[in-house]
Amino acid sequence: MQYFLELSCSGLVRGSIYALIALGYTMVYGIIQLINFAHGEVYMIGAFIALIVSGVLTIYGFSGFSILILAALIAAVYAAAYGYTLEKIAYRPLRNAPRLSPLISAIGMSLFLQNYVLLAQTPDFLPFPSLIPDFDFMEPIAHIMGSAELVILVTSAITMIALTVLIKYTRIGKAMRATQQDMTMARLVGVNVDNVISMTFVIGSVLAAIGGVLVGSYIGQINFYIGFMAGVKAFTAAVLGGIGNIPGAALGALVLGLAESYAAGYVSSAYEDVFAFGVLVLILILRPAGLLGKAVKQKV
Amino acid sequence: MLELRKVETYYGNIQALKSISIDVNEGEIVTLIGANGAGKSTTLMTICGVTPPRKGEIYFKGAPIHKMSTDKIVALGLVQVPEGRRIFPNMSVLENLEMGTFLRRDKSDIQKDIDYVFDLFPILAQRRSQLGGTLSGGEQQMLAISRALMARPRVLLLDEPSLGLAPLIIKQIFEIIKKVNEEQKTTVFLVEQNANQALKLAHRGYVMENGRITLTDTAEKLLDNEQVKKAYLGL
Ligand SMILES: Nc1ncnc2c1ncn2[C@@H]1O[C@H](COP(=O)(O)OP(=O)(O)O)[C@@H](O)[C@H]1O
Ligand SMILES: [Mg+2]
Repeated sequence: MQYFLELSCSGLVRGSIYALIALGYTMVYGIIQLINFAHGEVYMIGAFIALIVSGVLTIYGFSGFSILILAALIAAVYAAAYGYTLEKIAYRPLRNAPRLSPLISAIGMSLFLQNYVLLAQTPDFLPFPSLIPDFDFMEPIAHIMGSAELVILVTSAITMIALTVLIKYTRIGKAMRATQQDMTMARLVGVNVDNVISMTFVIGSVLAAIGGVLVGSYIGQINFYIGFMAGVKAFTAAVLGGIGNIPGAALGALVLGLAESYAAGYVSSAYEDVFAFGVLVLILILRPAGLLGKAVKQKV
Repeated sequence: MLELRKVETYYGNIQALKSISIDVNEGEIVTLIGANGAGKSTTLMTICGVTPPRKGEIYFKGAPIHKMSTDKIVALGLVQVPEGRRIFPNMSVLENLEMGTFLRRDKSDIQKDIDYVFDLFPILAQRRSQLGGTLSGGEQQMLAISRALMARPRVLLLDEPSLGLAPLIIKQIFEIIKKVNEEQKTTVFLVEQNANQALKLAHRGYVMENGRITLTDTAEKLLDNEQVKKAYLGL
């Protein structure tokens, strides 16, 4: 039982990281039907910025949670700028092009950003400081998870609740939902669709950067390539939940994280990816539109 | 109030509007009638900047708007009820109405306007929490018109509001259009294939064929016109 709970916990930790990245894929897809292959790279860049910032802050004598919070904030700002720019230069000019063009542009941006970091930093793994300090908390929970896990779970949960509130109640959130449901009609009620698309990239990038900071400090090392696998997994999670569906992405990510964790724990960690994609295939056979996706609706 | 001057709109290489000129004066109900594919919807989308014209000019209260983005045009008070209603399917009736107020600054009067449209269409009040996508065609049309009214339009642009609706509901909707025009002094530009009803409601009309305006006159005279009778009134 103890072992099962530990596996569940580590599955949820993985899952919530996937969720933070998957939300960016699914929000962008929901609005412009583009798979933003460079999204994983935004996450990777977020982690690098946090690494640099935390180094500088340590030199200046900061410590504990203040480093984590400041590093995450600055990483989020940088990632937002990257996401915004990415959309502006790589996707917006192709808005009316055939659907394959922005997809190819996305793959190009992904490779470009990987190689840019490779050249600007290093091909090797860099050690990432453990930004999440140890602290004591309630015994029954402490039994199955450490403070790092707890911080990751709580941060992800808060972030996702904040996103839900933003989308449900704020002006930009309503504009995003309207644009997602009918872009032309959104324009006809006065929504500036270009701004909405930019903001979607910005919000997705902020979430990915938060994920990057958490993973970096949890795993303890990063390199230019971490965005690739994380991106593939998060994208899988988004498809699993029903691409374009926001709660679906979060649910898909948790299911994926748990599947991987149980596979690694009960079978062998060599099989965790096989298991993850196995779950994807199985669910897509049973529910082709994903867990929460709706069967294809005609769009007039 | 609204003037189109030799407007030409293209879809790629296909020309949909061939140098059309239309005037709509303040307070009027003007109708544009024509067969399917004539270019009526394109005319409305061109006015709203969704498919901007390649040539020609559009003026609203004397100021050019043909280079403006849609949100700027909507902010001026040109509000469209598009063909097929385009209700936001996963938003409730109330949220759809609220989307109509997206550009409004005077948020305080919104509740009053919601009461006003619920008074016009009591069925919407009953359905207020229901998702837009679950409404019937007639209810969706009522909601689409209400959503547009929530923006407090100066000119209400309606694209075939009668399409696919039962005669009784069409009658109700046309009565409301008339009421809004009289009570709110809202100028109305009504696109219809249902020429008979549209001409009975309107003050003036334009006839469109293959992207051109072929005829324009007062609504009364158009109703009497032999050509119109034969082509659009089925007489
Ligand atoms: N998105 C589009 N792409 C290409 N051609 C279009 C498009 N929309 C309309 N058309 C063409 O433009 C012409 C006018 O269409 P439309 O304005 O919808 O006519 P109406 O509203 O009078 O039925 C038609 O020939 C139609 O096929
Ligand atoms: Mg039409």
